[in-house]
Amino acid sequence: MSALGKLIQIESRLFLRDPMSFTIGLLLPTVVLLGLGAVPMLREPSEDMGGQRFIDYFAPSTIVMAVGVIGLTNLPAVLATYREHGVLRRMRTTPIHPAKLLLAQLVVNIGASLASVLLVIVAGKLVFDVPLPQHALGFAIAFVLGITAVFALGMLVAAVAPTTRSATGLSTILFMATMFFGGVYLPRFMLPDAIATAGDYVPPGVQSLLDAWTGTAPAVVPLLVMAATAIAAGAVAARIFKWE
Amino acid sequence: MAIIEVEDLVKDYGSFRAVDGISFEVDEGEIFGILGPNGAGKTTTVECVEGLRSRDGGSVKVMGLDPERDGAELKQVLGIQLQESRLPDRIRVGEALDLYGSFYRQRADTDRLIEKLGLGGKRKTPFGKLSGGQQQRLSIALALVGNPRVAVLDELTTGLDPQARRDTWDLIEQVRDSGVTIILVTHFMDEAERLCDRIAVVDSGKIVALDTPAGLTARVSEEQRVRFRPSAAFPDALLLDLPEVARVERSGSHVVVTGGENLLQAVASVLARNHIVAAELRVEQVSLDDAFVALTGKSLDN
Repeated sequence: MSALGKLIQIESRLFLRDPMSFTIGLLLPTVVLLGLGAVPMLREPSEDMGGQRFIDYFAPSTIVMAVGVIGLTNLPAVLATYREHGVLRRMRTTPIHPAKLLLAQLVVNIGASLASVLLVIVAGKLVFDVPLPQHALGFAIAFVLGITAVFALGMLVAAVAPTTRSATGLSTILFMATMFFGGVYLPRFMLPDAIATAGDYVPPGVQSLLDAWTGTAPAVVPLLVMAATAIAAGAVAARIFKWE
Repeated sequence: MAIIEVEDLVKDYGSFRAVDGISFEVDEGEIFGILGPNGAGKTTTVECVEGLRSRDGGSVKVMGLDPERDGAELKQVLGIQLQESRLPDRIRVGEALDLYGSFYRQRADTDRLIEKLGLGGKRKTPFGKLSGGQQQRLSIALALVGNPRVAVLDELTTGLDPQARRDTWDLIEQVRDSGVTIILVTHFMDEAERLCDRIAVVDSGKIVALDTPAGLTARVSEEQRVRFRPSAAFPDALLLDLPEVARVERSGSHVVVTGGENLLQAVASVLARNHIVAAELRVEQVSLDDAFVALTGKSLDN
């Protein structure tokens, strides 16, 4: 197997072996969705959400959670630890550049986010009959751009944080903000209009996901903002990333 | 034949000159020691040899390759063990060797390597659950997994208990016997004395002496001391008349004779001629420790 293939294989095993990344990263969003769906009232159509059920309205927010937990907390923490413990440095002593390890980490974490999102969608459909995303293409575009923006921010944290502790601190702030604007803490209809609108533009872009889910093509400007965030954060991260 | 050639190596950190014109050659099959106090520039020197750091002056050739220009190619044949470099806690011993082995064109027989390093029973043990000595041995195994021709080992016994240190030394000798040239960076005198064919003593970014361990001590002083308990009393003059003897001192029932080359032979034959038996006879020589203090004006044990 090639070095990159081996790296991806080993990093996936390490991801699954870590009880935190496994339970919180992969399972938590689905558990939250199932927990909320267990409340009968949240399965009734409601005026507040234009006749939607809360559970349908909230499903995209659990996607924000799935992407945020892995991209903003797991990824930077792992990379900062690898730097602090000299794992990246040790890679530099081999013929393989440590950028391959970064790439393997990205592949594994994006894969885990996809699995987590898939789990949310399937569990929602099977248990509460939450419809599958209606505008499939729009959903795919919104999701890919959203996850890329979030992961680029995660890489930026990993690049600027000198220690594991500071990486955790920084990424927690970003994570909380993402969750807040993504309507995870408070459903967005309860947030002031200005904050809810701002949330359209905060990665991964919960409104685009919700629109596509319910069958409307997502608006262009928030998608462009996601793409711009991804490019800007990614480029800065690549420029300033330190291997040791 | 020289497998590593370093000439006038210079490395600055800002306005601080960490390496100030270091030159040395390492022969194939040799264990070459770089000895010096903390902050002397040892690690920076080997990092320039390894291509982990760019130099500010001079030239470095390892097997004919320039570490800066031909870094990737050099790392195929160079094994590097870093001080204080960990692995992810949950990676298993077998996995780590398998992974790092996949980075090289020519990988060592990992099963044999694991056995040789005494990690045979630990294949499935995660890195975080290994003892300090086992982690260190795994780290050496990773440096050897690409079948290197040159291995650079930096402070490899720091933090190990005495038994683990001796085991590691045996291992290093085995590695050398298998044909690998070794650069050993250390601030332990006993380690350098035991393992190295030649030692470069580094202080403040410069090589202050480069010689065999015996050569280093001889350079400082040819002085020897013989200490014994005589079976009968004798006058000091008996020994002082010998050209080899410089001083005779008495401490309790013991006599301490100080002098130059062949001291022991000269003293022993005079005593024998006078039918005096030398009990508890001991010869004391200048140690590498003494040599180091004399060369650098510093002690290593700080």
